[in-house]
Amino acid sequence: MRQIAIYGKGGIGKSTTTQNIVSGLAEAGYKAMIVGCDPKADSTRLILNQKAQTTVMDLARERGTVEDLELHEVLLTGFRGVRCAESGGPEPGVGCAGRGVITAINFLEENGAYTPDLDYVFYDVLGDVVCGGFAMPIREGKAKEIYIVTSGEMMAMYAANNISRGILKYAQSGGVRLGGLICNSRKTDKEYELITEFASKLGTQMIHFVPRDNEVQRAELRRMTVIEYSAKHPQADEYRSLAKKIAENRNLVIPTPLSMDELETLLVEFGILDQEAVA
Amino acid sequence: MSKAIEETQKMIDEVLDIYPEKTRKERARHVKPNDPTGQCASCQVKANVKSRPGVMTVRGCAYAGAKGVVWGPVKDQITISHGPIGCGQYSWWGRRNYYNGQTGVDTFGAMHITTDFQERDIVYGGDKNLDAALDELKGLFPLAKGMGILSECPVGLIGDDIEAVAKKKSREFDGMPIVPCRCEGFRGVSQSLGHHIANDNIKDYVLGKGMLEKETPYDVALIGDYNIGGDAWASRKILEEMGLRVIAQYTGDASVNEIGIAHKSKLNLIHCYRSMNYICRHMEETYGTPWTEFNFFGPTKIYESIRKIASHFDDTVKEKAEAVIAKHKPKMDKIIAHFMPRLEGKKVMLYVGGLRPRHTIGAYEDLGMEVVASGYEFAHNDDYKRTYPEMKEGALIMDDATEYELEEFTHRVRPDLVGAGIKEKYTYHKLGVPFRQMHSWDYSGPYHGFDGFAVFARDMDATVNSPTWSLIRRKKSA
Repeated sequence: MRQIAIYGKGGIGKSTTTQNIVSGLAEAGYKAMIVGCDPKADSTRLILNQKAQTTVMDLARERGTVEDLELHEVLLTGFRGVRCAESGGPEPGVGCAGRGVITAINFLEENGAYTPDLDYVFYDVLGDVVCGGFAMPIREGKAKEIYIVTSGEMMAMYAANNISRGILKYAQSGGVRLGGLICNSRKTDKEYELITEFASKLGTQMIHFVPRDNEVQRAELRRMTVIEYSAKHPQADEYRSLAKKIAENRNLVIPTPLSMDELETLLVEFGILDQEAVA
Repeated sequence: MSKAIEETQKMIDEVLDIYPEKTRKERARHVKPNDPTGQCASCQVKANVKSRPGVMTVRGCAYAGAKGVVWGPVKDQITISHGPIGCGQYSWWGRRNYYNGQTGVDTFGAMHITTDFQERDIVYGGDKNLDAALDELKGLFPLAKGMGILSECPVGLIGDDIEAVAKKKSREFDGMPIVPCRCEGFRGVSQSLGHHIANDNIKDYVLGKGMLEKETPYDVALIGDYNIGGDAWASRKILEEMGLRVIAQYTGDASVNEIGIAHKSKLNLIHCYRSMNYICRHMEETYGTPWTEFNFFGPTKIYESIRKIASHFDDTVKEKAEAVIAKHKPKMDKIIAHFMPRLEGKKVMLYVGGLRPRHTIGAYEDLGMEVVASGYEFAHNDDYKRTYPEMKEGALIMDDATEYELEEFTHRVRPDLVGAGIKEKYTYHKLGVPFRQMHSWDYSGPYHGFDGFAVFARDMDATVNSPTWSLIRRKKSA
């Protein structure tokens, strides 16, 4: 069983990308599970073709304690047998979402969600690593592989660099490794080159460049992955290709995060400088 | 440096020598030979800093200070331990702060009330749970005059807005004081910060809001007496015999209303300086209420304190003060005459908190005993400054002592009686050293006032001269 965590800046497209990757893997015959680690609980809707599923924490809240839950109530099966669970958690501004992730993952483990027939478990983790709870998926015995979704925008790269710092910490204690950057294109200047260079500075690779395509939005509106909604569309092939690359990826590294100065210099080299030269 | 100081310093050096160098250097600043003049620069005890990990400190936390010491004894307030069950359970009525009233009807001191956090309260926040709890409590206990929300650690970690809940419910409950107390245990280095936080609460939420029908020139407030085993009642009796009127007790057997009117007293009398000096200073600055420290342990200090307190009032009080002393002296002399022969020359080692490491010295001395070592769990520098003159030259003073130090000093100083807390009690029983639990008087008391001294003398005798100790083998001197 390969356990993989997907991190990245909020709104960068982690959930969409994760679900499309998993669809690709499922299509190729792999057995996979997605564990959503985000209180928004939008990590599984495209696989299940429904609005947000009942989450572990929401049900625990309703029942009183997590001990009163049954696994089948929170572990659902969707597109091509992909199993789905969502940790759930509070609305912004109250409580502790990180603790929700910890509780939910412990529940899934203790109740046998991780069956030996699974080839892949994907954790789709909220925004940045904000506290210990959101690092739960990469602690010892869980995800050993991380992919960071980014784009050529400065803040997305800044977040990716920060996440790499988090990985560095856990790489030394828990053995987690960075598998690569997934560039979810926002069509910024020289984005392909920039992220390729950024990845190499981090000591890793840009595993795939996912071009921007409105087919993704069309599929999402129908609560489907692109692979399910329009299997023949070129964008579906992009995700199949990404899924295949991840399945075959053996390039797992301890990242070498950049300093803030280095990161800014990189951006200047690839974007802003050209613009200013023109002006 | 005198010989006595040098010898004690030598003993301290020997005991601390076993530590790794960094720890030894650090601990050496906290363990000192006494110089009663307070002049000896190398004898100043360093205080109120973080304990070293691994030394088994017996200190408590901010919650312990705020809940267990200051707010817990307020009898007609419902004090809620907000968070998981343990903090409230293990601080449940441990200090025996006595009060008058019908528990569960108009008073709530002996009750354990908690929001009992579950996993879901951590994840989704405990505010709604707290809001519901306050409603329930208001319905169950309509005679409650206030509520206190005492934060446990997780509440601070998840950032629950207890202030907003308190404000909202206070409005709903017609202005009932509801005090949000941010006493999360991880704050500060000891329970001392909890006292300060709770004092600030009193200032912000209760003081100035009570009703006092009429004032008299003889109004005083008894501050820093928690009525452990009835202490405050024994103290109050003396003050009333002196012709004074006690309008408030902070916080032993106290009502919320009393807490709200102490600033109207003519003189604030402070017994436990450590836990309540903050509010006294505030009342002095804001309302001009003067304050004075006193000591009601043992006749010598009681007489001294009675005269000191009387000196702030007119001749009628001064005359009554002398009459009080004259009335009680024969009884006190009789107690001393009875117990002194059984206790004279016995050596005492103390390791307590608050005021006792210095305030009880006089009581022991009245019985012919000598306090050869004393220490505080959570004192500040001003406590040590007040301690130096009370002890003999070369006596041992310890700050935040470690279990190892306490044991080792016991073997070397060879006290005939040790007074410390529940955590030390059974260690000392095993060591075969006579021991009194001096935090809540070992289930006895009161120890304050004239009434208290009779009990104190009896208890010390019963402990020191119990035949039990001869049945336990005690380690030979080091």
